[in-house]
Amino acid sequence: MRNAFATTVVSQCNKDDYFFLTGDLGFMALEEIEVAFGDRFVNAGVAEQNMIGVAAGLAREGFTVFAYSIAPFCYARPFEQIRNDICLGELSVCLVGNGGGYAYGHMGPTHHALEDCAVMNALGVRVLVPAFDEDIPAMLGDLTSPTYLRLGYDERPKNTEMPEYASWRQVLSGELGALVALGPLAGVAWQALMNVPVCERPSVWAVTEFYGNEIPEEFWAQVEGKKLFVIEEHVASGGLGMHVALAMAGLGIHLSNFSHHHALGYPTGRFGSQAFHRAQCGLDVDGIIAMILGNNK
Amino acid sequence: MMKNTFNKQLESVKLRLLKMHYNSNCGHLGGNFSCIDALMTLHHLVMRPADRFILSKGHSAGALYVTLWSLGKLNDLDLDTFSKDNTFLPGHPCGTGIPGLLFSTGSLGHGPSLAAGLALAAKYQKSGRQIYCLCSDGEWQEGSCWEALAFSVHHKLNNLTIIIDQNGLQGFGSTEEVISCGDLTPRISSFGVHVQCVYGHNSSGIKKLLENKSSEKPNILILDTVKGKGLHFEGKMESHYLPLSEEQYHTVISKINEDREL
Repeated sequence: MRNAFATTVVSQCNKDDYFFLTGDLGFMALEEIEVAFGDRFVNAGVAEQNMIGVAAGLAREGFTVFAYSIAPFCYARPFEQIRNDICLGELSVCLVGNGGGYAYGHMGPTHHALEDCAVMNALGVRVLVPAFDEDIPAMLGDLTSPTYLRLGYDERPKNTEMPEYASWRQVLSGELGALVALGPLAGVAWQALMNVPVCERPSVWAVTEFYGNEIPEEFWAQVEGKKLFVIEEHVASGGLGMHVALAMAGLGIHLSNFSHHHALGYPTGRFGSQAFHRAQCGLDVDGIIAMILGNNK
Repeated sequence: MMKNTFNKQLESVKLRLLKMHYNSNCGHLGGNFSCIDALMTLHHLVMRPADRFILSKGHSAGALYVTLWSLGKLNDLDLDTFSKDNTFLPGHPCGTGIPGLLFSTGSLGHGPSLAAGLALAAKYQKSGRQIYCLCSDGEWQEGSCWEALAFSVHHKLNNLTIIIDQNGLQGFGSTEEVISCGDLTPRISSFGVHVQCVYGHNSSGIKKLLENKSSEKPNILILDTVKGKGLHFEGKMESHYLPLSEEQYHTVISKINEDREL
């Protein structure tokens, strides 16, 4: 997704009123932005608090500013600068966190971002979690408020047709209620269920923004009295599952079953690849199928 | 502005600052009185309308509010609400709603980076704008200040001036006792900035050095100041937090008025 992001930034945002800051990351990914932006591309060094403060200063003078780093270095290290300098002033800064969830796998827990969406949502930052490369151009079309963009990998099955972008959209039909996936896990769920008969699978919905936007009527119609499955590479607290459950309670929607697979941290105290951690949390193909079958019993 | 006129304005501002804090039973007078001379000098005698100012030591909000009052940007009714319910003048300044304020400050260590961002923008826009940022000395225990300093030097932000109110006292001791750093000058100089030092309660000296800028490097002006200057708890820890009692308030007002008549 990094390359799709870089290409989109160059094609859509290479204008005089855009700056791009990086916390010394982006080797073999951001070079085309560096060339295109010239003086408006700044490597702020290994100093994330300063990078966010500088971003706020630039934004206060009318620039739209990208501030890029590995996800936890982008939202966690400079948390107070985001809160005070960007959010209180409602400035147009787009925090770009590369490697959402367990994406940095073997690099270890310091490089994982498991609570980022909740933390940023709590500050009123608009959180965007692209599911597919094609989502990024639509997302970068409106960066007028504090925004957090969580980049992962596009894991869509090959040779599949992409529905038009919407923050809630169905990517696979089904009759057994609905499965809601945050960002790239929609591709994993799509892969897991595409060969299961329609009558034995839920529909799959890709969600790229879950706070502050309306959940479509069509979705509620699919789950009323049926099963709802939620998967997210994010802790349960403040995540997509909690948000959907709250919305559901407010609307008085009744389900026959609610299942939620989410990031569990490090339950065995062992570390590995993104695939290793996803499997521990039931967020891989096998875990998703087991989730669906388990509820069929 | 004539020197005598400015000095009279400075006296009236100090009286208004005392009244405002007394009416709100608000502390932090020490840090306000260590920087009020510099704030008034900067805003009345140095800054141009397009220039920018950030109060990184947000606990000196009162001094900034009365300075803005002296410029006609706030009125008496505004100041009467200071640090009370339904005010837009809280104990640490908010970046929305106050003329000339760009950011919400109060948590220390934010101003230098914000100022660097403004300075970078000004250079890119070729606006000729000067950026000023006022910090406390204890604030430089925040690592983010040093991040900002390194960044500013690297980007040759010669349109940036960081003023440090070096009164030597912080929240729970002196800067020497707390972190073995009584004078910031050698540490800051080692970063390659243009550092100047001056007595922080003399307007003409402050003005002269604020106008003596480097054409290549960021500028740092270290003010040798006295916390709570002119008040009964001048140079004491108590000046950091404690508000004035009725007796202390009337005593200091009488003293300032007597000095004016001499």
